[in-house]
Amino acid sequence: MALIKATGLHGGYGAMNILNGVDMEIEEGEIGVIVGANGAGKSTTLKALFGLLNVTEGEIIFKGETITNMQPDKLVRRGMAFVPQEYNIFPSLTVQENLEMGAFVRKDDFTHLIDQMYGYFPDLAGKRDQPAGELSGGQRQMVAMSRALMIEPSLLLLDEPTAGLSPLYMNEIFDRIIAINKSGVGILMVEQNAKQALGIAHKGFVLANGTNRFTDTGTNLLNDPEVAKSFLGG
Amino acid sequence: MNEFIFFINKVVISGSVIGSIYAMGAIGVTLVFAILRFAHFAHGDLMTLGAFFSYILVVLFPEAGSFIGLPTGFVMLPIAMALTAIVAILLDRSFYRPLRQNNVKPVVMVMASIGVTLMIQGLIRVFAGPSSRNFFFAERKDIFRIELPFELASRKIVVTEPQLLLFVFITVAVISLHLFLTRSRLGKAMRAMSDNPDLSRVSGINTTMVVWTTWIIAGSLAAAAGTLLSLDVTLKPDLSFNILLPIFAAAIVGGVGHPYGAIAGGFVVGFAETLSVFNWAIFLRPFRDSLPDWIDLPNKLAFVPTEYKITVPFVILVVILIWRPTGIFKGQVL
Ligand SMILES: Nc1ncnc2c1ncn2[C@@H]1O[C@H](COP(=O)(O)OP(=O)(O)O)[C@@H](O)[C@H]1O
Ligand SMILES: [Mg+2]
Repeated sequence: MALIKATGLHGGYGAMNILNGVDMEIEEGEIGVIVGANGAGKSTTLKALFGLLNVTEGEIIFKGETITNMQPDKLVRRGMAFVPQEYNIFPSLTVQENLEMGAFVRKDDFTHLIDQMYGYFPDLAGKRDQPAGELSGGQRQMVAMSRALMIEPSLLLLDEPTAGLSPLYMNEIFDRIIAINKSGVGILMVEQNAKQALGIAHKGFVLANGTNRFTDTGTNLLNDPEVAKSFLGG
Repeated sequence: MNEFIFFINKVVISGSVIGSIYAMGAIGVTLVFAILRFAHFAHGDLMTLGAFFSYILVVLFPEAGSFIGLPTGFVMLPIAMALTAIVAILLDRSFYRPLRQNNVKPVVMVMASIGVTLMIQGLIRVFAGPSSRNFFFAERKDIFRIELPFELASRKIVVTEPQLLLFVFITVAVISLHLFLTRSRLGKAMRAMSDNPDLSRVSGINTTMVVWTTWIIAGSLAAAAGTLLSLDVTLKPDLSFNILLPIFAAAIVGGVGHPYGAIAGGFVVGFAETLSVFNWAIFLRPFRDSLPDWIDLPNKLAFVPTEYKITVPFVILVVILIWRPTGIFKGQVL
């Protein structure tokens, strides 16, 4: 059974339609990567999956359940987490409080999860009492991902997790994404570093003008000369 | 020495009293702004309403206070706070929430709150008329006169029981608010929502619960401020009109959206008011004999005549905003 399966998504902001039939499907525990030019509708697709956009046509099935246009708080309870591209932390809250807010829907004791996050991102352990807004860009991205992981999601949506980061941090974030995925979390992410991202992807989706241009395994897309020419910079 | 005691009475005590009242009002204004992003102009009316709830309870149960030896108005305060909190939530559900759900611009929310102001003021006028009321019709207001152990001090420091209760109340309220915001799950969620409302939704924070909590804190503090002010002087039906501008000035001076800023702002505005109407001539009088004849000491030497006290919060507001456009604490942009 697919972890998430979206078919023929249409939707946009107000009257303006951005998505003109997007299909997405990944299996449990897989990494799916969405690439495409700026403005292709990659972020909008993630928002549509997470109930932040009015989907006018199409269907989204998550773990066998139809969730089209379901509100984010319900999706969080069902095990879907989202890290937006920008403004993805609570800047005046400490690192630790950011993680606690990620666990807001939990009623159980989640201290072990906080420790697990500091294990994933040792950089954060020493900064747990510092306001997250004071951290570097890379560390902020780590806070954002940790916050989302606090619900132990079965699907993590990441929007350009490495945007604007130095190569050092970029590699670290990629390593962490792989480690998080190895622990059983399905990941659907938008990435600008298409080559590197498709290299770790089980499934790849190339979007253009709000619809799928190419859909295949990550390896096949990397080796497809047409994809390489138009989307991977030759 | 007596001049100094006069200063303590007129500036230190009066300033702390009015500063505490402004601070409690400004905390509400600033929290509502932080969570709901609009200037809630009906906040002063929640104060009047809360004070009237207390007053009605005192009329109904005038003996309640004598059992524990505190003013009945103070004993009834928790009930009045709860009632006002309920009113605040009902106002939100009937007027502000429908607008919010239609994603209206903040200015529409502000207009709605002005409508609510007019409505509450109208209701109060219909039921209570224009006259002032005294909470102490059945009991005596205790006044403490503290003598200082100095030879030259013949004057006494004067502080009333409602004033002392106000100081105790605001101390407890501020400490509780601090612990709530920094230690409790809901308090942290409130700060989170103030930081980033979209991410709060994305994280699964129960934003409805946060909104309710905001109104409960704002409404109950407004009721407390209104009641404690009315206990200190009298309950005037136009209380909100006189207090609205200073509490907004306090919230802005402190940095909009910052509860600690609102507290600081409240005291800044309160002390600015008392200092500006204080008669500084008092301090010159002891030197009268040593001054040359041609200097004619005026009887009254204040920065601002008492009638113009209402302008002081504006002056403070303008001066602080020129010096620091975001307020004392770095606040949100209005
Ligand atoms: N909040 C918004 N309101 C209106 N239009 C938007 C909004 N966000 C994005 N758009 C538009 O939608 C289109 C797709 O944007 P987006 O999904 O962010 O692209 P990208 O693939 O770069 O992530 C763009 O033309 C963008 O201008
Ligand atoms: Mg994008």
